[in-house]
Amino acid sequence: MEANKQSALPAISIFWIILFGWTWLALGCSKPSNVETAIDEQVLHFGLGAEPQHLDPHLATSVAAHNILSALLEGLVSEDPKTLKPLPGVAQKWEISDQGRQYKFSLRKNARWSNGDPLTAHDFIYSFRRILNPNLGAPYASMLYALKNAESFHQGGKSWQEAGVGVVALDEHTLVLTLKNPIPYFLELLNHYAWFPVHQPTIESFGAYEKIGTAWTKPGHFVGNGPFSLTSHQINSVIEVTKNQSYWDAETVRLQGIRFYPIEAVYTEERAYRSGFLHLTQSVSADRIDFLKEKYPDELHFEPYLGTYFYRFNVRAAPFDDVRVRQAFSLSIDRQRLVDKVLRGGQSPATTFTPPGTGGFFPAPGFAYDRAKARELLDSYLREKGLDSLPQIELTYNTSEGHKKVAEALHAMWKENLGVEIRLLNMEWKVFLSTISGGDFSLARAGWIGDYVDPHTFLQMWRSGDGLNMTGWENQSYDQALRLAETSTGTAKRWESFQRCETILAEEAPILPLYFYVHLTLRHPSVRGWSPTLLDHHPYKYVYLAKEAHP
Amino acid sequence: MSRLIFSRLLQAIPTLWVIATLTFFMTRFAPGGPFDSEKAIPEEIKIKLEAHFGLDRPLFEQYILYIQNLLRGDLGPSFKYPEWEVSELIATAFPVSLTLGVLSFIIALLIGIPGGMIAALRRNTWMDYLPMGLSMAGICLPTFVLGPLLIFVFSTQLALFPPLGWYGASDWVLPSLTLGLFYAAYIARLTRAGMLETLQQDYIRTARAKGASSWRILTKHAARGGLLPVVTFLGPAFAGLISGSFVIESIFFIPGLGKFFVTAAFNRDYTMVLGTVLFYAILIICLNLVVDLIQALLDPKARQAK
Repeated sequence: MEANKQSALPAISIFWIILFGWTWLALGCSKPSNVETAIDEQVLHFGLGAEPQHLDPHLATSVAAHNILSALLEGLVSEDPKTLKPLPGVAQKWEISDQGRQYKFSLRKNARWSNGDPLTAHDFIYSFRRILNPNLGAPYASMLYALKNAESFHQGGKSWQEAGVGVVALDEHTLVLTLKNPIPYFLELLNHYAWFPVHQPTIESFGAYEKIGTAWTKPGHFVGNGPFSLTSHQINSVIEVTKNQSYWDAETVRLQGIRFYPIEAVYTEERAYRSGFLHLTQSVSADRIDFLKEKYPDELHFEPYLGTYFYRFNVRAAPFDDVRVRQAFSLSIDRQRLVDKVLRGGQSPATTFTPPGTGGFFPAPGFAYDRAKARELLDSYLREKGLDSLPQIELTYNTSEGHKKVAEALHAMWKENLGVEIRLLNMEWKVFLSTISGGDFSLARAGWIGDYVDPHTFLQMWRSGDGLNMTGWENQSYDQALRLAETSTGTAKRWESFQRCETILAEEAPILPLYFYVHLTLRHPSVRGWSPTLLDHHPYKYVYLAKEAHP
Repeated sequence: MSRLIFSRLLQAIPTLWVIATLTFFMTRFAPGGPFDSEKAIPEEIKIKLEAHFGLDRPLFEQYILYIQNLLRGDLGPSFKYPEWEVSELIATAFPVSLTLGVLSFIIALLIGIPGGMIAALRRNTWMDYLPMGLSMAGICLPTFVLGPLLIFVFSTQLALFPPLGWYGASDWVLPSLTLGLFYAAYIARLTRAGMLETLQQDYIRTARAKGASSWRILTKHAARGGLLPVVTFLGPAFAGLISGSFVIESIFFIPGLGKFFVTAAFNRDYTMVLGTVLFYAILIICLNLVVDLIQALLDPKARQAK
């Protein structure tokens, strides 16, 4: 019997041989990595972080979409790769008149769409009209409220002619934009994709003028005017663009193509980078910093990023309806310790809401660390209310290890410095969003990334009743100061008003700024012409790949 | 046999209807909606968007409309990626998941069944302990540990396979191995248990007494009965394998279906949730039917019961 049993075993092992045979067959397929072949091909392999929701510039809302759209389209102006200051784009030159209210753009005659059609001033009018069309429901339509009467057209009711939106084409190549009031950063604003042109015949052939989600953005359909054209889009896999030969400045463009990979998992993205699959990553996990610093000291970059991580107080309900409690909570946070000991990712402590240096504005520090004063304020509140301690307070945050770490650190600081026990409450993302916008919270996590490099992109959200305010906080003096900043033209005057806003925010503390973001990324030394910028914008036409080590 | 198939397909209709209905209302009652985001969009735009997707109508009307579209085979556009139809997204991702699933399934069978058989034949020897020990380790080791481990060995250290992506045949090896080994562990244990029970049956002893060879006993007599529990497990397991695995897809950056299952729920992508759930339900129903047919072929008792 023993012998019989054994005779079955060789047959079974045939299965194993087949398995290993298949494995070894596949071995022959090993090939050089993307990064190795990229220099000859001049193809950039780009970690995109997430799949963009839309490739329609008038419907897009994400950083990922910006990264793609800035390759496919170009606005009236373009950006300096280092400073992001406006450079000629589709417009060759411009004149500013009427004390900064009127911009006359002269469009270059050789500007073309990727299908060869000429690009004219009427294309821009069509595009502005489309994004402002109330039926399209464009999330960033309000970006164009800078234009005279754009808001009244967008709010509906009036026709384009009746509304008299401040956009006029004097001829095929001259476009005049009239603003509702002077905006010192108007040209920078034009680099937001909301201002990018779209190709009318393509839009019309897909009925996309006021219809969301038509197929005009698919490869083979998309007609753009940027340095690259869309060649393939495999969802959750890769978006590929190749050099657009009809681009007016094609000579400057050195890359032959870019491949964007929407790798969401940070560890997978890091592995992709380390194996030579990517030239750069969208992010790096904070717990990998020490390892990467040691292994890739020249490739790990900490770059400033225009964003603030903060908490919102709900000032509509006790105890945060009292400024003393808000101040006490704010004063008892050691932001430096939070950044150095907990986050350890190169962030800087936020003592203002606007990141210092935004557009050249350096606000005076307002949110300080003062335990004694914090205790004093809280005691005075408790005495007045006849309480021994604060009622149970919940800190709401969306489920994430990173947010949890910060929340736990603050929990400890409040316990230590104020003797207050708070409860941490994590929620799934969409539940969190609807809870916060419904005002059903006492203290909640938040973050804000600027849309343009001006303090206005930060400070406007605390205007009374603004959709992003969500704290219930309203302050007349704040609104006045903000209005003044919006209508002044002189830099000194504007900075003064913005400073006033910052001071009121620090005194009233409807929010609790914690730290300023940094953009943490791995970037291969062969990537050149790439500079750290505040908005993480990198005009691709200046980017190229070269062998030699960095100078 | 054809009656069995027909009656099962008939039963599938109410099942699918119940699943579609439950899923429809459960997704709608979850807090938050597809258009909530941190950069909150103005209320009037949200209203426009909701009108565009028909979310402004009464819920029951939406439901009727949805079922009507479903009957026409129209799953609608995804809420999260409106430029894509749900059916288009499933049609792109399913071949990827199918390839990965079939390869993993083959690996799981090739390792699991022989492993379990050897263990049963050589009970209480090292040839039993070794595969069973490994399979216990395989069950305990989650794929998010095994995956990076395989990448570390075969990609980082030995540079044999790419660590991620789904662009060529060499990309298939590590993910299918990760997923396959996990299922192989289960199959090996089920095979062993089934075989042990069968090998003690009288008819096996009779076959041995008649002088049948061990190979013949194993393949002709024991395997038929011994593999029954495995076959029962294989139907749903195969459906699970070919409908994608979120973890494997994240680790290896594979554009499969699993990601849609998970993220659609997080994004409140109503049409996508319904699309993926129904797709999975149909897969399960079909594969269960296949399992029943195979069982009927293997087991005369089951054939008669039906």
